[in-house]
Amino acid sequence: MRLWAKAVGYAYVPGKPVLRGISLEVGSGEALFLLGPNGSGKTTFLDCLGGLRRPVEGEVGLDGRPLSALSPRARARAIAYVPQFHEPPFNFTAWEVVLMGRAPYVRLLSQPGARDRQAADRALQTLGLSALRGRPYYTLSGGERRLVVVARGLAQGASFLLLDEPDAHLDPANQHRVLRAVGELLGTGLGVVVTSHSPNNALLYGSRVALFAQGRLLAVGSPGEVVTPPLLEQAYGIPFVLVGDGPRAVLPALT
Amino acid sequence: MNRSRLAWGFLLLPFPVAFAALMIGRYPIPPGEVWAVLVHALRDGVGRLLGLEVPPLEGVAPVVQSLILRIRLPRVGAAALVGANLAVAGAVYQGVFRNPLVEGRLLGVSSGAGLGAALALLLAPRPEVVQTLAFLGGLGGVGLTALLGWAFGAGVLVLVIAGVLVDSFLSAVLGIVKYVADPMGTLPAITYWLLGGLSAVRVRDLLPLGLASAVGLSFFLLVRWRVNLLTLADPEAEALGVSVRAMRYLVVAMGTLLVASAVSVGGIVSWVGLLVPHAARAIVGPDYSRLLPAAAGLGAALVLALDTLARTLLTAEIPLGVLTGLLGAPLFLLLFLRFLRERGGWR
Repeated sequence: MRLWAKAVGYAYVPGKPVLRGISLEVGSGEALFLLGPNGSGKTTFLDCLGGLRRPVEGEVGLDGRPLSALSPRARARAIAYVPQFHEPPFNFTAWEVVLMGRAPYVRLLSQPGARDRQAADRALQTLGLSALRGRPYYTLSGGERRLVVVARGLAQGASFLLLDEPDAHLDPANQHRVLRAVGELLGTGLGVVVTSHSPNNALLYGSRVALFAQGRLLAVGSPGEVVTPPLLEQAYGIPFVLVGDGPRAVLPALT
Repeated sequence: MNRSRLAWGFLLLPFPVAFAALMIGRYPIPPGEVWAVLVHALRDGVGRLLGLEVPPLEGVAPVVQSLILRIRLPRVGAAALVGANLAVAGAVYQGVFRNPLVEGRLLGVSSGAGLGAALALLLAPRPEVVQTLAFLGGLGGVGLTALLGWAFGAGVLVLVIAGVLVDSFLSAVLGIVKYVADPMGTLPAITYWLLGGLSAVRVRDLLPLGLASAVGLSFFLLVRWRVNLLTLADPEAEALGVSVRAMRYLVVAMGTLLVASAVSVGGIVSWVGLLVPHAARAIVGPDYSRLLPAAAGLGAALVLALDTLARTLLTAEIPLGVLTGLLGAPLFLLLFLRFLRERGGWR
């Protein structure tokens, strides 16, 4: 399957576009990282891909159909969205949070059935979270919370998973845990789009990288092609150096 | 699964309390007689439906039969429904507005109902007019809030602010009505109505309350799991395929039906809508699949018990709203401390 955007533009205030002419696509088994400075439009673009915002210009679609032609339920069965923060006002258990992912399958006046409960169990199992099943959400660590919401996306049975800064506010070990777990899902045919402020995570875990700057797409390609000092300097406005020869990383260049 | 059975078990709790409430009063009635009268009334009702002749009940004085069926039973039924309605609406509003400290009266339903009742007491002081205007006033108050909220984008916060505006405005209008009311007759009647109580409930009052409760309570017991989804942030719920705005307005409309019908019969009964959901949450957890049946049973049983106290504790009747207020504040403090401990403080 393909999730695509064609010449997408978006403006919160008419006449002040925050996104212009973005054309990108992501296929099954692929992890597309969206990099770019604060306010460069990558989260807005992620929202457009997820159908949470309707592009002002251009179109987003799934295979041959524009997203706007799908019902909210049909869209939710195809695309899952993992927000940066999930803060329920009440202390639901991990399992109850994951079960909410079955919303697009449960009709208005009915309850989740055996299949929905199994899907929630399977999602927790896939991510190795079965031990957290009955734990109240507020007792989970930041990394565990992020993974529980990823599991909710899996329970949704979607073909594409969109994650808004899944590595934000996590220590390096938890960043690794979350992104590796997401990476392992690629083998099952899931397509993943990730926004991030870490070029190094894009280098480590991305199959492709799109670099945003001021609402435009600066570059798109393999991590090695895009996460380079010249392109990063163009996007972020400070010089970078590439270090290491095995696993590679970028660092801001001290002057 | 065990907690789920417990949650539905709460729906049975009001029945023994109701039975006790039928026995207790200025004129105590032994359980055997209460039972005989109830069974006979049921048989009589079924018989009438089938066109059969059912002989009158022997062995229980007619005045006792009439006391149970015409005075106590309507009041017991009203108390149970008022309690269930306020508790369910409160639980739902706490989720929809993502705020554990709100209750069903958040959006101006009680000031609207109070204004309606006061106008009726001023202009046409008949019980059915008071009840009808209170109900319509409650709907009107929330309608005004919803209209304002819609005009400003229908977000949760906007709706709450609109509710505060409407509440304050309608309370001011109520002040005018009180000001012009006759201080020897109408003003005390308004004040007493606002304090809340079920002493005036008769059989005919039960039909509108029963209908509204049947519609609202069965709606919420059916959508109970989906209410969980409304506790999510709007974009999150939308990403799960929920039509957030439509669902929120539907749920608020049904909640208003519950609260307005309760307030129109029982006046302003405070705390139940705030306290009972938290108590139920402490027992069966926050999942609305279990929370709503538990809150309904617990609310019904609690208001039944309190109303029985209200009419028996002193020789004069204590207004129900005063009693719930006296008990509610300290009980809520306990629950709130528990909540803070669980969350590790107020964020």
